Amino acid sequence: MSANSGKNGQRVIVIGAGHNGLACAFDLARAGRQVTVLEAAHEIGGAAVTSEFASGHRVSACAHLLRSFPADLAKAMRLDSHGLAWAGTGLSTWALSAGAAPLDVGRAINGTDFMRRMRRHAEVLTTLMHTTPPRLDLDNWPDRIAVAKLGWQIRRMGREPMRELLRIAGMNVYDLLQDNLESTTLKGALGFDAVLGAEYGPRSPGTVLTWLQSLAGQSLAGSKGLAQPVGGIGALTRAMGQAVAAAGVTVRTGARVAHMAVTNDRVSGVVLDSGERLDADVVVSNADPRTTFLKLLGPEHLDTGFVRKIVHHRASGKVAKLHLALDSLPAFTGLDAQALGHRLVVSPSLDELERSFNPSKYGEIPERPSLEITVPTVRDASLAPAGKHVVSVIAQFVPFDVGTDRRAARARLLRNVLAVLEQHAPGIGQRVRSSEVLLPVDIEQRFGMTGGHWHHGALAFDQFFVNRPVHGASRYRAPIDGLYLCGAGSHPGGGLMGIAGRNAARTVLAND
Amino acid sequence: MTTTDQTTPADASATHYERPLLTTPFAAKQAPYVETDQYIAWAGYRMADVFSNTEQEYFAIRNAASLLDITPICKYRVTGADAERYLNHLMTHDASKQRVDRVAYSVWCDDAGHVIDEATVYRFAQDEFHIYAGEGHLTWFTDSALGYQVSIDDITHTIAALTLQGPTSASILRRLGFTGIDEMKPLHMSRQTLNGRPITISRTGFTGDLGYELWVANEDAEMLWDSLMEAGQSRGIRPIGFAALEIARIEAGHLLPEIDYISAADTVHVGRESTPFELSVDFAVAMDKGHFVGRRALVDKQANPRYRIVGLEIEDNKPATDALIYADQALSKQVGQVTSAAWSPTCKRNLAIARIDAPYVDGRQKFWTEIMVQRELKWEKRVVQAWIVDRPFFAPERYKLTPPADR
Repeated sequence: MSANSGKNGQRVIVIGAGHNGLACAFDLARAGRQVTVLEAAHEIGGAAVTSEFASGHRVSACAHLLRSFPADLAKAMRLDSHGLAWAGTGLSTWALSAGAAPLDVGRAINGTDFMRRMRRHAEVLTTLMHTTPPRLDLDNWPDRIAVAKLGWQIRRMGREPMRELLRIAGMNVYDLLQDNLESTTLKGALGFDAVLGAEYGPRSPGTVLTWLQSLAGQSLAGSKGLAQPVGGIGALTRAMGQAVAAAGVTVRTGARVAHMAVTNDRVSGVVLDSGERLDADVVVSNADPRTTFLKLLGPEHLDTGFVRKIVHHRASGKVAKLHLALDSLPAFTGLDAQALGHRLVVSPSLDELERSFNPSKYGEIPERPSLEITVPTVRDASLAPAGKHVVSVIAQFVPFDVGTDRRAARARLLRNVLAVLEQHAPGIGQRVRSSEVLLPVDIEQRFGMTGGHWHHGALAFDQFFVNRPVHGASRYRAPIDGLYLCGAGSHPGGGLMGIAGRNAARTVLAND
Repeated sequence: MTTTDQTTPADASATHYERPLLTTPFAAKQAPYVETDQYIAWAGYRMADVFSNTEQEYFAIRNAASLLDITPICKYRVTGADAERYLNHLMTHDASKQRVDRVAYSVWCDDAGHVIDEATVYRFAQDEFHIYAGEGHLTWFTDSALGYQVSIDDITHTIAALTLQGPTSASILRRLGFTGIDEMKPLHMSRQTLNGRPITISRTGFTGDLGYELWVANEDAEMLWDSLMEAGQSRGIRPIGFAALEIARIEAGHLLPEIDYISAADTVHVGRESTPFELSVDFAVAMDKGHFVGRRALVDKQANPRYRIVGLEIEDNKPATDALIYADQALSKQVGQVTSAAWSPTCKRNLAIARIDAPYVDGRQKFWTEIMVQRELKWEKRVVQAWIVDRPFFAPERYKLTPPADR
């Protein structure tokens, strides 16, 4: 911190109070920067918020569990002293399959040779997560070292593991799991993890990469494992908000940025919807790449080749969210009430998973969507009136473009999800008193994320590491001076990690 | 932004594969003059390289009037409220300083500040520009237009064009009754009518001589040809091909893409691209006008050109085609290469356009080059001196003289 004392007082604006924006703001404020976070919504958190969707019923609006929030970030921000408490940690995953007993996925897979190997492969990605992607022209030492480090990480695994990693890295998860596991239910559940939040089915190339990335994230969470905060995901960002406030950051809600101000070919501040202009030495955008470059900055400040890359950047979310208000606790076949407080997955086989993906390619809603289900009220009664319950469902794969009749699409998806649920929790439909459906297009509108994509852009080889979000902006720096990116669109991507925010902060501190 | 792409020329038919090269609307009128059947292909069109004799056609440019078909030039019309802002974003010159009825030479670059192509930009109105370039670039233009209120139309195949170059060219136009020829300076343009049909005349060309380019709708092409040939009969007018133009082009010191530099859109090897500063077209780059595509990269590259395009004069009378340029007579230190070379029949000098490593472009350096000469299959090697001279190599007073002399 003292090394940067010469820049103390440098004014930084962070656009967007998502978890990455807050993590970035925190590190910048601690290094002596004068940081203002501007949030368009009336509460902080971005997509990591807890919202009321039916009278007295609240739910995490997008992701509903934490699986890879870094323990060191939680510690640095002292989130526990800022009110973050845990309704549950180390949660299990139960794979549901009609006609078979639910399977505890962790118990079935942890400790197996296959899983040990996969976790070792994932370690390579864990190391990369905190690395600023290098320039590949390698004309300076930090870049050479970063590439050498990656090579070394792979080489030091030993010959056989290295060969396996290089062989499987570009594969699809379907083939990988078929090659290594027997249990249909297990393969279905692990395949689901590989494509959770992605826009690909298990037979799409690159889904081993997304699975390894997910495993890599899990190892960051430390002993917490899969965790549910008291008060939902919004409690995490609320605690982060208090932490940044304590660090001296000014957070303004209801402050929507209309566009950035550019002076002498440098981003010099922002102009709010209200017309108010705020000057800054540095602007950091937590918004997704397309929003940042095409809406907030404007293509007139960019070069054509770069604009082409941003226009072609793939960010078409295929995740829908359903929230059900229940008048009583549902009963799932084969699960006791205690198990209901864990994570439930409905992806009974890899083929079923792929089948739920197929319709989305053609703009259709799947007949039998694949689901991740939580009943957060089992562990956290504060989310619903006494005796009532909330069921939170992540449904895949729902296309971004559902045509003009969104109301019909929502109704259809709700009907299909309830039909799947009914198979595993007979009678659940009659308990539903109220519901909310967020299609990807709804998520785009509500949270301002292009394509409604949770990760601000598909995680795939062509949008990974040195190409995330696109070549030319992968080092958290925009092609114009004074502008940085700190959102999930940047390396290492989404998943409620806050690492993109921290990496961006480090880049800002190193450059300005 | 809207675009139209008229990539299908008027005479493309279902049997196009039998005749892969198209012909221009002047083809029928040119046919009687074709003696040698020497053609080249340009942008999908078959063009005469030589009608009868290159030397005679060349001297029509310098001593009388030459008529060359330039219809295949790729032509784009940019209209809309943001036309000027868009041009300034796309191209390197400052379009805000370009008045209506003026033509500007300009280039455009990729993100790295490397030249994609050169163009002449015609300002037809406050909100209308035309971009005329050697090759097609519609997708680059449309992709550059995101966020601008403009419409970009490919009008390549709807406009036919002739270039009338030479000392008697102005007189020929006067005889056709055009007004304002006496006031038109180089890079001026004028909208007129010929036999009741609209025509655009610009005092532009590729020869460095007094000359004009004439633009009409396809259906008026033959009428224009007949009018010019008739009015020029007493002024020595002669249809010419591209071989004759090539000599005049080198004398004028103009660059040709794929000859004197490689378009950044076409380079395969890293480092073969060129900045506008390396092409020595600094005059067409307005670094102070605000952002344009490639500008940020050029801020650094402006100060550090790897080489410069220069004009060379070379001893002897054999064109130094493809020759390497050395700093010493022992030919041990290569510092550049010739990209275009010609013996100038008018200057009586041996000329070349060359790229020379930047440190050696200081005006004092003498160079050496090796020319291979062949006489009746006997090759001999000549090591001769070369030195940098100003371009254009040939700059007659009549190029700028306004009003042009009546000849």
